[in-house]
Amino acid sequence: MAVDEGLKIELGKQGVFVTTIEELYNWGRRNSVWPMQFGLACCAIEMIATTMARYDLARFGAEVFRPSPRQADLMIISGTVTKKMAPQVVRLYNQMAEPRYVIAMGACAISGGPFKQGYNVLKGIDRYIPVDVHIPGCPPRPEALIQAFMTLQKKIDEQPLTGAGRPRHLDAEAQGEFPVPEQGAHDLEPTSNKGVWTVPVVIR
Amino acid sequence: MTDTAFRREKMEEGWNRPPLIEEDGEAELLEVAMGPHHPSTHGVFRMDLALDGERVVRLKPVFGYLHRNHEKIAEGISYLASMPYTDRLDYICSLTNNWAYALAVEKLVGQQVPERAEYIRVILAEFTRIQNHASSIGFLIQEMGASGTPLMYAFREREKILDLFEELTGSRMMCNYMRFGGCRVDTSAAWLDAARKVVDGLPGFVDEFENLLSTNEILMARCQRVGILRPELAVNAGITGPMLRASGVNYDIRKVDHYGIYDRFKFRVPLGDHGDIYDRYMVRILEMRESITILNQALRDIPGGPIMDAKAKIRGFRPKPGEAYGRIEAPKGELGFYLISDGGPNPYRYRVRPPSLINLTVLEDMCLGSNVADVVLIFGSVDIVLGEVDR
Repeated sequence: MAVDEGLKIELGKQGVFVTTIEELYNWGRRNSVWPMQFGLACCAIEMIATTMARYDLARFGAEVFRPSPRQADLMIISGTVTKKMAPQVVRLYNQMAEPRYVIAMGACAISGGPFKQGYNVLKGIDRYIPVDVHIPGCPPRPEALIQAFMTLQKKIDEQPLTGAGRPRHLDAEAQGEFPVPEQGAHDLEPTSNKGVWTVPVVIR
Repeated sequence: MTDTAFRREKMEEGWNRPPLIEEDGEAELLEVAMGPHHPSTHGVFRMDLALDGERVVRLKPVFGYLHRNHEKIAEGISYLASMPYTDRLDYICSLTNNWAYALAVEKLVGQQVPERAEYIRVILAEFTRIQNHASSIGFLIQEMGASGTPLMYAFREREKILDLFEELTGSRMMCNYMRFGGCRVDTSAAWLDAARKVVDGLPGFVDEFENLLSTNEILMARCQRVGILRPELAVNAGITGPMLRASGVNYDIRKVDHYGIYDRFKFRVPLGDHGDIYDRYMVRILEMRESITILNQALRDIPGGPIMDAKAKIRGFRPKPGEAYGRIEAPKGELGFYLISDGGPNPYRYRVRPPSLINLTVLEDMCLGSNVADVVLIFGSVDIVLGEVDR
């Protein structure tokens, strides 16, 4: 539903600024994503390095790291999620206000990474909560985190306000609470959230 | 009586744990779980506090939120394959972890290390120490409320050092550089020049850092006489590293063990007087200065030659049955690896002696009687990394 670009430029020359609510709304959302100050392991150090002077995440409007999940829009899962920590991660995600986004940073958050064979390591946080952007790397470089950030901004920009694919806070039907796993006899119960994650089919 | 005066009086009486609950029995304790997600807990660590008003009466640390089965995984894979895992123990200083592990395996098989490799190891370890101390002070000050500036100064220097690591080893943080009997790649003359250039800039950075912080009134008010650790308790609890030296105990494994080639360098061991947070901060600053002198000497004297012992065995590496304990002075304290070999390609038992975990054991003793706000600082001054605590 975008305005014709040529017409926009022509009107701009006359001092008339034309846009759609959707573009303006997403422009605002995209440029003020507040991440949660939430470090899990090694990747957290690279996440801190990204916010420091050299890489300067502030250029993307995301320098305000909030300690409280209630004030944050973005959760960066930076590091290994263990089975002891997974319930807390899901609980923190549940406490965040919509619209909320998740970046899984590093091999551990995606799949367990080098520690995958460990008995206490969760094989990817996407088993419990929906992940918007995955960045591989062990740990990913700050540039990679910035790339993930730009990908997320692009994703926010492309979200329509109505119809299919709208953000979850505008969708009354969308799932708001995600079940928090509990420590069972041998593993977390349930082992994954079926609505979010299914066993991938390997094509050989 | 104010808290500080009360604490001072009790400390002068020789108490390490001043009794703080009033005897009238009316006090109702408030239990607070600090963490695992808390902006100051350096990762995922939980402290279960019992508070009497603002004062801490009980503190129970809860570990295991980052238990990644490091030791168990290492027992199932070959000796060399554990080397990248050691990077992820204390993920701020991966190179000293590499060295401690390489040293333990070299002891196990009786492997010699060429001189040039020893020099490279010293250079990298001292660079690691500087960047670890700088960023740990930065985090400490951030927890005090100065969010940003000191940490940004620290990370500015850290980036320069990480650039050197990256150029040499290919990775910023997870270097995976040492091998049993030497190092993986040789340093070029250009790299050594770049390293000299970085070292030349470091004294200016430490001066700047000190001007900014050391006489800062807030820092002094919040750090002096807070979180006191008595030398007797420190020795009994097995505390090592800057924490032990801040309590006034002269114990530096570089001086005691003479591992590597540390007896060739002239450097002093800074010691604290009171064992409070300020002393720990000051010891770290002074250690950075000593590291700079070691770096200057090492970069001046580095000889040519091979970086890998010609007799070092890489394929089919099977040590004879036996056991070995290798330890080094890591930036956080004594980092040791204990290995038992049964003659197979992988260790029978692989145990890490992490400085962070053992330095944390006195957390309760240091925190009892302080305010909740001080707990954050005391915890920050221990300088831990959760990857090493939980492993």
